[in-house]
Amino acid sequence: MKWLHKDLLDVSQLSRSEVMAIFETAGRFQELQERPVKKVPTLKGRSVILFFAEPSTRTKTSFDVAGKRLSADTFSLSKSSSSLTKGESLKDTALTLQAMAPDAIVIRHWCSGAARFLADRLDCSVINAGDGRHAHPTQALLDSFTLHQEWGDLAGKTVLILGDIAHSRVARSNVILLNKLGAKVRLCGPRTLLPPAVRTWPVEVYSDLNEAVRNVDAVMCLRLQLERQKDGLLPDLREYARTYGLGQKHVDLANQDVKIMHPGPMNRGVEISSDLADAAGSLVLDQVSSGVVIRMALLFLYMTRKGEE
Amino acid sequence: MAKADLIVRRAKMDGKDVDVFVSRGKIVEVKKSVRSLDPGDAIVEEAFGLTLMASMTDVHVHLREPGYEYKEDVESGLRAAAWGGFSNIMCMANTKPVNDCDSVTELMLEKARKYWPKGPRLFPIGALTKGLSGKELAPMAELARAGCAAFSNDGVPVKSSKIFRLAVEYASDWDRVVIDHCEDPYLGVAAGVNEGEVSSRLGLPAQPDIAEALQVGRDILLAEYLDLPIHLAHISCKKSVDLIRFAKQRGVKITAETTPHYLTMTEDILEAEGTQYDTNAKVNPPLRTEADRLCMIEALNDGTIDCLATDHAPHALHEKETEFDVAPCGITGLDTALSVTWQLVRDGVLTREAFTRAWTTAPTAIFKLPVNTFKPGDPADFFLFDEDEQWTVSATTLYSKGKNTPLLGSTLKGRVKTHFIAGKKIV
Ligand SMILES: [Zn+2]
Repeated sequence: MKWLHKDLLDVSQLSRSEVMAIFETAGRFQELQERPVKKVPTLKGRSVILFFAEPSTRTKTSFDVAGKRLSADTFSLSKSSSSLTKGESLKDTALTLQAMAPDAIVIRHWCSGAARFLADRLDCSVINAGDGRHAHPTQALLDSFTLHQEWGDLAGKTVLILGDIAHSRVARSNVILLNKLGAKVRLCGPRTLLPPAVRTWPVEVYSDLNEAVRNVDAVMCLRLQLERQKDGLLPDLREYARTYGLGQKHVDLANQDVKIMHPGPMNRGVEISSDLADAAGSLVLDQVSSGVVIRMALLFLYMTRKGEE
Repeated sequence: MAKADLIVRRAKMDGKDVDVFVSRGKIVEVKKSVRSLDPGDAIVEEAFGLTLMASMTDVHVHLREPGYEYKEDVESGLRAAAWGGFSNIMCMANTKPVNDCDSVTELMLEKARKYWPKGPRLFPIGALTKGLSGKELAPMAELARAGCAAFSNDGVPVKSSKIFRLAVEYASDWDRVVIDHCEDPYLGVAAGVNEGEVSSRLGLPAQPDIAEALQVGRDILLAEYLDLPIHLAHISCKKSVDLIRFAKQRGVKITAETTPHYLTMTEDILEAEGTQYDTNAKVNPPLRTEADRLCMIEALNDGTIDCLATDHAPHALHEKETEFDVAPCGITGLDTALSVTWQLVRDGVLTREAFTRAWTTAPTAIFKLPVNTFKPGDPADFFLFDEDEQWTVSATTLYSKGKNTPLLGSTLKGRVKTHFIAGKKIV
């Protein structure tokens, strides 16, 4: 398949068949994961810069592993090691990155729109690894891929996204992608943690978790930023855990074999009960391994896009 | 009748060819153009069929001097005003230092006299509170004596209703109107995006329209209670308009302005391909919805909104070429206001009467500034306008130092060719 996109800014850019192509490519890389030597020379001599202006060990390691398995050279530029802390503007950072002539840049940034800002200014591929509250396309792709591995087709399935939707780029990208793949999406969280115009989204909105969870096929828990309480958006963490924390009694209301997901890192006992995170239906670790192959697929597709395959 | 010392020949006015006679900076008469005329000693300006328009007044600009001369200074701001068709400019107090003492006011006026001695006329707006802190009243008597035409805390809305009330009362002793930047300080972060569908999808912290309307409501109640005028700056949404209309029906001394960008742009610009997250469209209050935009036009046509102002807010390129969250709010406006609003008249959206009222008679009446209505004795403030000249908005065609406008790259119609203030040619 000839890949036509230069950048991956959000899943809204991708057609359903492109998503399937990503899944198919990821599936091929998955076999590689099971071999004793997990490395192929596909991207030998290509370089990927991992530019993480906001800390994230998980996503960064996942991209790093993905790049290295394809024999690409990966370079990290984090907030503390870059000149960002010295007050350099994102534009100057972009120019500096450009001068290093990478083949792709993976960016994580605390501002919505930052990935687009770079993409508009750089010739190389820009892959958004999370921008502010806006989008986290690779997470959404790996989440859907994980479910795709379990179920095959997602059409007709119901997925509940639970927690702080308002501040979550994971939720935003997942709502778009799950809809694209034919799943029904429910959201549940206190009104203070729902986006103001959530009623216009293609989702069903609940504030009562007991109702929200009824007959769902999967629950995606979101990480709660504990400072939301200080922002006044929550009265109290204990109350939050008791009202919106996913527990066994909720799972009992869902469909049999309900899948439990969490993008990590988890606040055990807050968003999710500790037992559930380790229970049979939990896909948390599958998400991590899906993360590597999805990112391998993306690096492969974006970095060989000029018909050079 | 006084002998004319300036005659503008064959200008187009309301579809007729006219000659304008000016003496000692004032209009003597405007009459149908005659084929031959003995000008005597008068200077003759040949209009070649250009449109004659009364100079406009902008009651809300940020000239940035002192303190932020790299964004704009008095000289460059007045240059943009001169070419933009403005004879009167009121400049806000959020400079560095803040215009909260007479020496700052005097510095601004001194610069204006030095660089633009023949105008545009500069009318500084003094701070309402010292340092715009919202805590202590600024010395308004001193500021009024130094030449401040009004008072405002624009940029930093006064949180305390008590301080705001005292400011309105104190300003009235000096016959000055207070201009309020309406924004509830707790509900309304200066996010530069309207809270709603677009902000929800883009994942940006946003300001709801009620952040503005709540404060509009407070000001209406205060104005009614005190029976004193309050002018509401840059009104952007339907909820505010509804309150203002209600207040005017009750006879409350409320006046209000809106800007060309609320008449012509919406939040959708921030989501559109090519302009997504465009920091040039980051402005406070934010661009609202299409329903709000249509309401603003209607309110201007029916006089609920009294006047237009640009809220000219120049910023340097590097300040806007950054992440959306980090970029400052503001759109540069003096250069484009006339073309943009005249296009609305041309399109039949804005009435000619509303245009004239909004840019000339209403703002000058509210703040007691000179105005030209082409009646004998009026100041000879007018410009010759080429309605059909097309120009592309770019760094080189804008006279302001501020190039921060979502209109960059677009083609507008209408350019000022010559501008006279008090009968003197300024450009
Ligand atoms: Zn303001």
